[in-house]
Parts: sequence; structure tokens; C-alpha cells
Amino acid sequence: MKTQKQNPNITIAFPRMGNYDIPAKYLLTNIFDVNIEDIPIITNKTIELGTRYSPEFVCTPFKYTIGTLIESLENGANVLIQAGGGCRYGYYSELQEQILKDMGYKFQFINLMSKGQKSLKKIYQELKKVDSNFNPIKALYYLIITIKMVKYMDKVDDYIRENIGFEVVPNSFINLQKEMLNSFYRSKTNIDLYFKYKFYFKKIKKIKINKPSNHLKIGLIGELYTLMEPFSNYELERELASYGMSIKRYTNVYYLLFQKGRMANKYVKYAKEYITYKMGADAADNIGRTKYLCKHNYDGIIHIKSTFCTPEIGAMPIISKICQEHKMPLLFFSFDANTSEVGIKTRVEAFYDMIEGRRQ
Amino acid sequence: MDKIKIGIPRSIPYYYFDKKWTYYFEKLNIEVILSPKTNKKIINDGLNYTNDEMCLSLKIYMGHVNYLKDKCDYILIPRIENYGVADQTCTNFLSLYDLVKNTFKVKVLNYNIVLSKRETEEKGFIKIGKSLGIKTSVCKRAYVYAKAMSEKDKKKKHLMNLKKLLSSKLKILMVGHPYNIEDEYVGLPVLKTLEKLNIEWINAYDFDSSITNKLSSKLSKDIYWKYSKELIGAIKFVEDKIDGIIFVSSFPCGPDSLVNDLVIRKINFPYLNLVIDDLDSLAGVETRLESFVDIIENAKAKS
Repeated sequence: MKTQKQNPNITIAFPRMGNYDIPAKYLLTNIFDVNIEDIPIITNKTIELGTRYSPEFVCTPFKYTIGTLIESLENGANVLIQAGGGCRYGYYSELQEQILKDMGYKFQFINLMSKGQKSLKKIYQELKKVDSNFNPIKALYYLIITIKMVKYMDKVDDYIRENIGFEVVPNSFINLQKEMLNSFYRSKTNIDLYFKYKFYFKKIKKIKINKPSNHLKIGLIGELYTLMEPFSNYELERELASYGMSIKRYTNVYYLLFQKGRMANKYVKYAKEYITYKMGADAADNIGRTKYLCKHNYDGIIHIKSTFCTPEIGAMPIISKICQEHKMPLLFFSFDANTSEVGIKTRVEAFYDMIEGRRQ
Repeated sequence: MDKIKIGIPRSIPYYYFDKKWTYYFEKLNIEVILSPKTNKKIINDGLNYTNDEMCLSLKIYMGHVNYLKDKCDYILIPRIENYGVADQTCTNFLSLYDLVKNTFKVKVLNYNIVLSKRETEEKGFIKIGKSLGIKTSVCKRAYVYAKAMSEKDKKKKHLMNLKKLLSSKLKILMVGHPYNIEDEYVGLPVLKTLEKLNIEWINAYDFDSSITNKLSSKLSKDIYWKYSKELIGAIKFVEDKIDGIIFVSSFPCGPDSLVNDLVIRKINFPYLNLVIDDLDSLAGVETRLESFVDIIENAKAKS
């Protein structure tokens, strides 16, 4: 149900990544007096559209995000928001804007990054353009709640990831998580949100699981978009969980926004016998994590990325070297729009057989 | 005691620093070994030491390092992160050093340029000099000399380019990174073909970078790669004096994949986008060049 807004002519849309469309939508609905579009779920049609209008050898997230933007425009959006930085991602917006304009769409494009960097002044100017009644104090209030929401989401998500492979009643985690996110979306104050988080986290922890004490543990590392958008990794996490493995994944939005600045240098220091410098995006972080996972009795590491992700390609030889030295099973996946799903399943199965065999 | 020998791979960073390095080490009286021009063996070695998703230029780079690995005491590998927040480089420039360190057992001479954190080129040059046991003051003098000399060379190149623009032949602007254009296997065959076709080609990167860097904002307001900026700035600089543009990039170059696509959407020149991937398919490139030259010849005859 859409309530009557002050500016019924404006509809905002943004690319999707995992469940993070919920906090993003929450923030935008509360700070603007305009329509926010329900972001379409990524389907095969999205990626087909995206591939058709993307440059030839761009990394895959470009194709997913532009596909979603095209679908949103078709559904009536006329203000698009895009943000990103660290590698090529920071430059997506300008090209995507140009491509969509060349396709004949009329819209306003808001890029929250300027030259690959965050700039508060620019963000403020851009937001003021969307809604002249934009109030930064109100925005700050809701921004804090949104940040908390992301933090809670990620915490619950981490727990679920470690335990979903052992649930007794199928889908019990996913259903409760959905319920939780819906109730998060309706909260109005920080305290309200906090109690909801406590309530649901307790409930989620009570879900019956059948977790053997010597279960297999997998570390999942790699490029951020592919890690966080399940469609782009062909639901790899669910596939892994179905084998009864607990999954450790470090990358989430909360990490990228608030912990990365501090942790990135620590990771480089931690893996100093392998690397001296940061290598762009999350490459050095992943090398540090590889060493950590090797030292902490994990059974295997899976590294996933989108095709042509330059920073991760540079890190891959070093990651394999660390794993070789520690005799750690390692599996690389490079996802593209036309990766074969059967191929993924077979490789996961073979990988599972191997780490299972090593245990015995 | 034997003199110290420093190996310089004739690939990626070499094309940005070549003159500065040679003048600097010449002044310090240190012997430099430059790897030969890219050949079949270097490429094949490079393929052995890289994974197949890496860009062609990086594969060639590793081949050059492999050539040098037992011929010198140190290999010189800079790490260039940025020349200011809006002048970054491709992430391969960030990982080169660590990549080589993990792939080969070699001693590496390294300096790091992060202008946003005040790690300047001068500090980097002094650092390598010092690690070779040379006094700071001597290094500093050598660096000043090298910088002045290389600046002079750059100016010469800029003037040469301006002169080329006055030529009466058909003029084509080559937009591509110097490590691709000047590589024996990637860009040189293209240039040779153009010469055969009696074309005046002009290298975008030979223009004064302080001019081209600023001009880039007219084609792309958000671009933050230093080297790409200088290339597309050159397009704006010579806009009304050329007949066509050839984009040369190595497969799958990260910045080029986006920047070239954006620029192509914004210009209205005849252009040719060459992506060099398979080194054996050069015959195909020749045919494409010939038909491209035909097109711009016709376009010029009409106007």
C-alpha cells in the first residue's frame, strides 16, 4: 500500500544487494517525502538485460546492477541512486548513467561517491536536489537507526550462516529472518529496534538444530558483491549448508562501512610474511583471512569472485600459496552471467568429499 | 667487489619511469640490466607464472621478471597507489610487488608512491638509493637531476606530437597505455601497419600530462585513474586536428573496460576499438586497420 506523498512524481530506485534493500529502503522512506520503489528481485531476465547493455569485459556486478536499474526504470522509477568505491566499482555510476541515457530513459542519477571517494558535501547537495524539504538532522537520526539495523542484521546473519546447515525443520531460519526484517522495517526509534533485535535473536537461537560437535567448518572469502548477493553466486551458501557445514564469512556491509578502515591494515600486518601492502578493494583482507582460517582449524576455504575482478585476481596466487603451505583445501569460483549451475554443484560435491575424507 | 646490478623489467611501470630510472642510476653509477623487448619466450614464461584471468600486460610483465630473475642482484618494482585521491592507478599497480615476491625467489627493490599519504616519488627514489647504501644527499641530487632530464625529454615528446599534428597526412590518435602501445607484441604491430598505410599516428600519452589531466573532466567528470585521465584528456586536446581514434587495450583491462566505453559514447569521430587478447590473431588486426583507414579516408574526401 502506498500512502500519498508530497511529491508523487518522484520515485527512487537503487541496485540491490542481498537483503540490504530493506535498510536502504527504510532510510529513504523516512528521510524523503517521495515514493520508494520496491526493488525487483534479480532474475535471469535481469542479468540478460544487464549483459546486453554492458561493455564487453566489465566485471559481473556491473551487469547485475544495470539490469536492476533498467527494470526499475521500466517500473516507473525516475531517480536512481548508486554508490561504490575501492576499485572499478567507484566508476560504475558515470558509465551506467550514460548507457541508460543513451537507451532513451529520462531520469535523475545520484552518485553518492565522487571520484571514487565519499564526500559529505556532495551527498548533501545531491539529496537536496531530490527533495527540497530534505532535512539533514532528521536524516542523521534515521541514518543512525539504519546503521544499527545493518549491524543487527549482520550479526544475526553470521549466526544463521554458522547454523543453517543443521536446522531440523527446513526453512525455519529463513522464515524467522524474514519476519525479523519485516519488523525491523517498521521500527521508529532506536530502542524499539534494539528490543526487536533482542527478541528475534533469542528466538532464532532457540531454533532446534542438530549440530554435531565435530562438524565441518568452511571459510568463505572473496569479492564483496558476489559474496553478498546470493543470486550472483548461484545460492552457493545454501548449497554448502545443505551438506551440513557451518560457514564463516567476514564480508558484510557493516564490515565494509565501519570495520574495514581499521582492519585492513591489521590484515596486512597479520600476513606480513606474504604481503607488504594493501592490494586494492578486499584483496589484502582476503589474504589475511586465508592465513587466519588456515591457523584456526577450518576444514576448507572457498574463494568466490565475479569474472574479471582485478584485485581478487591479483590476490589469488598468494591465497593459493598460503593454502599450499598449510595444506588447506581451497576452491576457487569465478562467477559470470552464464556460469553453469550444474558445474558449481559438482565442484562443491567433490570439494565436500575431499574435506570429509581428510577428516577421517 | 662486483658492481651491483639492478634488473628492470621492460613492462608496465617501466614505460612511465624509464628515463627517470636510467638517469637516476646512471648518476649513482649503478649498472642496470633491462630485459629485452617482449618475445615469444617471455610471453610463454609469463603465461606459466600467471592465471588465465590476469590481463595480458600483467602476464607479459611476469615473463620479463622471469627473464631477469637470475641475471641481476635486485629487480626494481615500484608500487604506485595514487598521485592524489583523484589520480589513482589500476589495482595491478598496487599488487605487482607482492605478486612478484610470492611468485619468484628474487630480491626486490621497491618504493611506494601514495601521494595522498605524502609518500612522494622523491622519497621513493631516495629510499631505493639508501637501501643500496648510498648517502641521502647523493640520492637527492641524483633524483633532482633525473627529474629535470626526464622532464626535458617529456617536453621534447610533447613538441614532437604538436609537430605531428601539423602533418598533411591522415592523422590518427592512439589511445592506449604506453606499456601496451610500445610493446613489441601488443601495440607495435599496429603502429607498423599504420606506417605502411601512410598514416601519421600520435600517441595520446606523449602529450604534456599536466594539460591532458585537466582536460579529461570534459569527457568524464568522475574518472579517478591518473593514466586513463591523461589518455582521454588528450582526445579533448587534439579534438579538431585529427581524423580518427584507435583505442588499444589489453584484455581484460579494468579501467579501459569502463573508460573506453564511456568515451566512445561521447565522441563523434571515426574510431576503432582494438582489444588485444590472443597474440596470434594479429592478421585479423591488420585487416581491421585497413578497413578503418578506408573509412576515414572516405570521410575526409567527402568533407
